[in-house]
Amino acid sequence: MSIDKPGFETLQLHAGTPPDPVTGARQTPIYQNTSYVFEDADHAADLFNLQTFGFIYSRLTNPTVAALEERIAALEGGRGTTACASGHAAQVLAFFALMAPGDEIVASTRLYGGSITQLSKTFRKFDWHAHFVDFDDPAAVRAAVGPRTKALFCEALANPGGVVSDLEVLAEIAEAAGIPLVVDNTMATPYLIRPIDWGADLVIHSTTKFLSGNGTAMGGAVVDSGTFDWGRNDKFPSLSRPEEAYHGLTFWETFGDLAFTMYTHAVSLRDLGPSQSPMNAWLTLLGIETLSVRMERQCANALAVAQFLEAHPQVAWVSYAGLESSKYKALAEKYLPKGAGAVFTFGIEGGYEAGRAMVENCELLSHLANIGDTRSLVIHPASTTHRQLTPEQQVAAGAGPEVIRLSIGLETLDDILADLDQALGHARRMAAE
Amino acid sequence: MNHDTYPNSYIRRILRETRTIAMVGASANWNRPSHFAMKYLQTKGYRVIPVNPGQAGKQILGETCYASLADIPESFDMVDVFRNSEAAGEVAEEAIRLKDAKGIRTLWMQLGVRNDAAAARAEAAGLQVVMNRCPKIEFGRLNAELSWGGFNSGIVTSKRRKLRAS
Ligand SMILES: Cc1ncc(COP(=O)(O)O)c(C=O)c1O
Repeated sequence: MSIDKPGFETLQLHAGTPPDPVTGARQTPIYQNTSYVFEDADHAADLFNLQTFGFIYSRLTNPTVAALEERIAALEGGRGTTACASGHAAQVLAFFALMAPGDEIVASTRLYGGSITQLSKTFRKFDWHAHFVDFDDPAAVRAAVGPRTKALFCEALANPGGVVSDLEVLAEIAEAAGIPLVVDNTMATPYLIRPIDWGADLVIHSTTKFLSGNGTAMGGAVVDSGTFDWGRNDKFPSLSRPEEAYHGLTFWETFGDLAFTMYTHAVSLRDLGPSQSPMNAWLTLLGIETLSVRMERQCANALAVAQFLEAHPQVAWVSYAGLESSKYKALAEKYLPKGAGAVFTFGIEGGYEAGRAMVENCELLSHLANIGDTRSLVIHPASTTHRQLTPEQQVAAGAGPEVIRLSIGLETLDDILADLDQALGHARRMAAE
Repeated sequence: MNHDTYPNSYIRRILRETRTIAMVGASANWNRPSHFAMKYLQTKGYRVIPVNPGQAGKQILGETCYASLADIPESFDMVDVFRNSEAAGEVAEEAIRLKDAKGIRTLWMQLGVRNDAAAARAEAAGLQVVMNRCPKIEFGRLNAELSWGGFNSGIVTSKRRKLRAS
């Protein structure tokens, strides 16, 4: 039998990981190894010239990391993936292939706070400039695109809470401008949405979150759809013009739909260096094996928690795209029919102080700066993840003073609800004192 | 044959039954894509005969280059077209004319090369046709080498791969 179109659950277990050809090992070996012997000098030269497939040095590629890359590419419906040290490294790698000094990114105001800081502060040191606009307003996005704009950037489902991007509309704007739509799919995962199916050209992940799933391993990934024509205009010389570091080889002409992923390994990982470790790749592969099952249950728990909070007297509002009250409900039904994710925010009555008190009094939910764990997590973004932002940026990003973010895990639902209820009770009593 | 997506079994069969490839548009320049493909296919055991009027009589990667398919003295199983989509039409005509004399079974047009009219004529003449693919990439994909670069091979299997490719 030959399976030409495997389903998602099959891919999450099998893509990228056939049995080890040498030993027959069924679970993927951890190639905890830096470098690989050449067959002879000619083979070495071919590898360094990118003329053949193979391993040289684990800063560029490693068999365990490559297995993870192929698996993520298969799950996202992409051509190739570059795995790297973290989600933030993935963003650097993605933009490094697209940008030159003086170039611009048009990005959503609703991003993970760390991404806003990276784009607005650190990228400026490369002379890359991000313009943040409200991605719910297509006219504003269109108006922000200028001749030096090299990408549109948003999250499919935005951290911290409940915002769904209208990818089809954004893909049209990017297409008309001749630039790629880059989508961070960390919060939704390919189980809930495959942005490439809706026109995204590059997909970014912090695999640290739902993909590894157990809070075990840092990691990031850039997935290339393989469908963007890098030679259609002169905006992407890294890919469409001869590369000096490879004797004038032109990636787009030589590698076609492999060009972006080849470049990201052979140039970006080689020269910037944020490779993923084989151990972390292995932990992430292991996590992905259960992605669909975890996402299904975590989304169901999250919806139940969101409904519980919406009816709670200590709660001013809940921002979860799966709720009838959400202004993103229609978009969620269109783009995320299997569930609106497991991370969302709510506003607590009593503002900043009540928020801090509530978070400190959780006994089952863990107070920490992560999402996508199997355990339920809670945080007060304004004093933590979104602390670097100005108050205006915090509000625009959905992380104002009264906001609490939850990442709902796999515990017994009643236990999660009971813990939230008692912590909210504490916050109320403290506010009353 | 649907030329948008090919079953793995179709490509695998062609790559298995092919021994000798006439590569039209083979370049003597080492950093050109055709040179990459020729060298890779040689290391995988294929004989690749370069066809390029500008290099006729000269050697490329140890093989004599010919001006046209008709000039190649031996028979060959596959014609690999490294020319643009329009020029692929003439190459297809030549391959159809020489099909029986040279024992040609497959007309393969490279990544980015697609000529549906030529493909239909070649198929009517009994040739197998592949378009808009690279035999190097397809060989690598079906033998798990493409996966080493983080690419989606589309292959799912619980079988242990034979260590000698193809
Ligand atoms: C949506 C999103 N993107 C990117 C990142 C950055 O990923 P990492 O922490 O793996 O660098 C995070 C992490 O919090 C995130 O939530």
